[in-house]
Amino acid sequence: MNRQSLSRHFRQFLPRTSVIDQVESLRAYECDGLSAYRQLPLLVVLPETVEQVRRALRVCRELRVPVVSRGAGTGLSGGALPHAQGIVLSLAKMNQVLEIDPINRTARVQPGVRNLAISEAVKHLGLFYAPDPSSQIACSIGGNVAENAGGVHCLKYGLTVHNIAGLKIATIDGDLVTLGGAALDSAGFDLLALMVGSEGMLAVVVEVTVKLLPCPESASVLLGAFNAVENAADSVASVIAAGIIPAGVEMMDNPAIRAAEDFAGAGYPRDAEAILLCELDGAEGDVGEQVGQVREILRRHGAAHIRVAADPVERARLWSGRKGAFPAIGRISPDYYCIDGTIPRRHLGRVLTEIGRLSGEYGLRVANVFHAGDGNLHPLILYDAARPGELQRTEELGARILELCIEVGGTITGEHGVGVEKIGSMCVQFHPAERAQFHAVREAFDPGRLLNPGKAIPTLARCAEHNAMHVHRGRTRFPDIERF
Amino acid sequence: MPDHTEQRLQQAVQEAHRNTQPLNIIGGGSKAFYGREATGMPLHTAAHRGVVRYDPAELVLSARAGTTVAEVEALLGKENQMLGFEPPRFGRETATLGGMVAAGLAGPRRPYAGAVRDFVLGVKILNGKGEIMRFGGEVMKNVAGFDLARLMAGAMGALGVVLEISLRIIPQPPVEKTLVLEHPQHAAAIALFNRLAARPLPLSAAAWHAGETRLRLSGGAEGVKRAAEAVGGEEDVAGGQFWQRLRDHELPFFQDQRELLRVSAPPAAELGALDAPQLVDWGGAQRWLVGGADGEAVRALVARHGGHVTRFRHGDRRSAIFQPLAAPLHALHLRLKRAFDPAGILNPGRLYRDW
Repeated sequence: MNRQSLSRHFRQFLPRTSVIDQVESLRAYECDGLSAYRQLPLLVVLPETVEQVRRALRVCRELRVPVVSRGAGTGLSGGALPHAQGIVLSLAKMNQVLEIDPINRTARVQPGVRNLAISEAVKHLGLFYAPDPSSQIACSIGGNVAENAGGVHCLKYGLTVHNIAGLKIATIDGDLVTLGGAALDSAGFDLLALMVGSEGMLAVVVEVTVKLLPCPESASVLLGAFNAVENAADSVASVIAAGIIPAGVEMMDNPAIRAAEDFAGAGYPRDAEAILLCELDGAEGDVGEQVGQVREILRRHGAAHIRVAADPVERARLWSGRKGAFPAIGRISPDYYCIDGTIPRRHLGRVLTEIGRLSGEYGLRVANVFHAGDGNLHPLILYDAARPGELQRTEELGARILELCIEVGGTITGEHGVGVEKIGSMCVQFHPAERAQFHAVREAFDPGRLLNPGKAIPTLARCAEHNAMHVHRGRTRFPDIERF
Repeated sequence: MPDHTEQRLQQAVQEAHRNTQPLNIIGGGSKAFYGREATGMPLHTAAHRGVVRYDPAELVLSARAGTTVAEVEALLGKENQMLGFEPPRFGRETATLGGMVAAGLAGPRRPYAGAVRDFVLGVKILNGKGEIMRFGGEVMKNVAGFDLARLMAGAMGALGVVLEISLRIIPQPPVEKTLVLEHPQHAAAIALFNRLAARPLPLSAAAWHAGETRLRLSGGAEGVKRAAEAVGGEEDVAGGQFWQRLRDHELPFFQDQRELLRVSAPPAAELGALDAPQLVDWGGAQRWLVGGADGEAVRALVARHGGHVTRFRHGDRRSAIFQPLAAPLHALHLRLKRAFDPAGILNPGRLYRDW
């Protein structure tokens, strides 16, 4: 199918502005937030109604054209990377908040609504939408559903899957299916849970019902600085063992601290080996008491320096360094590559030591930021794409770090998704029967495998290739590891 | 170390798959009454038991499916931790983790803490071909592959025999207090539940029955004290026992031998009087009706409000126990069932008649 003839199929029912078929305009869609991978699609189609989405899907099924759904394009794993023979189905024009139900505490929104726009739309009711991925100013709720987006407040408030009450999806056949709603459960299998995080491979999300929570009465942030990473990690374990669930706990190592401090001037001690940021929220008196408890725990674990944000301005300043950590790294290195492995927290010391060793082995600097409460590590590998072979070595180091995460009982991706980026590592995390099960589930929804082909779940052939490459490297895999 | 009970279960499923022999998966038998009539050869999982790993500081527990809920809760209690969804045990010490996940039922804390599926982090299962597979894991955040672990919650064993489960655990709240208020009509109680839930109050349960409204507050001493002042009413010093009896259906309301309907609806849904004695739980989102009501009429009414009805107990178990699904959704279920269990041997007919 060529670009012009395919374009005519969609123009039969879509306005001119909703079908992009000029190469210079298609460039804007050639990658998502992971710009190392680029591909021009045949077309970009931007429906404005559910009916148009359904018709577009029927056209694609009929002509056997692959469909890559796309929200705001902020994803970090290449999940929205176009297919050379396919269309990009952008949901960006479907960006309306359809209904706010303050009594049942839900909002019905279109998939293109920005994450932060939901909380802004319900702020006057004293409510908010909890998941807050760092891209929340730009990322769309449809994309959040596709990736099961997290954020810094997951430990207490959960991921996207915990905060979605219902979905309307369009299948590849163009059928409209409602999953869940404003009730707390629904009859049959929990397809709502299955859809969340399915990376656009099962159906297209055309409407989302989100849960809204009351804004906490008060919040406080502590900063603790440590001379050893292990002490910071142990403090987190002690806080949680004391029965305190912080709204967020973030950790940064020295390279990350220095970059962030130079960038944001958040007041972090530049010589600390690790800092912890711990946010507590809830009823006013309780927060005050927990701040005291946490301060004592940090002190007991040898914190060299502890600071409590006294007001919202100070709190925002303490967070500014962490929130700016990625751009801060971007300033000190031509390029950086973000890893998203998750590990049981007890293995943090071992994993960081090993990452340090691997960093030396590959001659590439690594700065670590860490959602310490839930074990989600973001090692940032600093590299220069202009140097021949450096990106390739970076990706190899990244894959080694992910194998390490699997080895200690963790996972290759906590919140960014597999996309195209980590598809090789899926061969390590899942054995052939498990991957075959994923494919069978996918084909239950999309027998022609037209929705986001080539992403998230590697084929048998892809893994054979991956494993051959790794055997060549002369190391044994981890055939007997316990992955739980 | 070879795991004999796991091997035995695997062999049994493999053989059943070869012979297209339907299986009736049984844990502790505490929920044998639930769902459509079980047929098939019994497959007992209770011997496959034991906690595999529990690290209180990680807030994660992994155990084999035959481990009893009672054992797990006792273990968690020693560390001042708990299962956030308060699974019903229906008065049986035998209720297992596997059955808990398969049935997907949750107690009074559910609207405020989450459902079983919200706490499932990972599973090890046998699919209908007898293949052992793991999905999810032991970490809070995991988006590698489709979320087939949570899919097992509430699937009534139709997609796999659960062998092992990893669950997120929560700390017990330092202070709990139950308040009782009087509301002759349930509508007034439901209105109160939803007004309170929109405010940052440490609510952890809200129920109404026979003119009495009960609210449970859980959290720090100061927050609970101030919330209690805001809510009003009297303290019910036997509140803890009330919630336990509600959770396990031990209240007199549940002893009625006529059909018990479970209505799941948006919490503020105005369903009218519904011509039957009623018990409201989950802050209005779960309502129990006993006797008198025409199940299918209630079903039609509740569906219009975006909810669904389960014929929970004492009904005709050859009829539609669970709310019928819209045609495209039903077709998806059938294909998904085949993707896990091509021979249709795992608890066939327990959820829906034709599969």
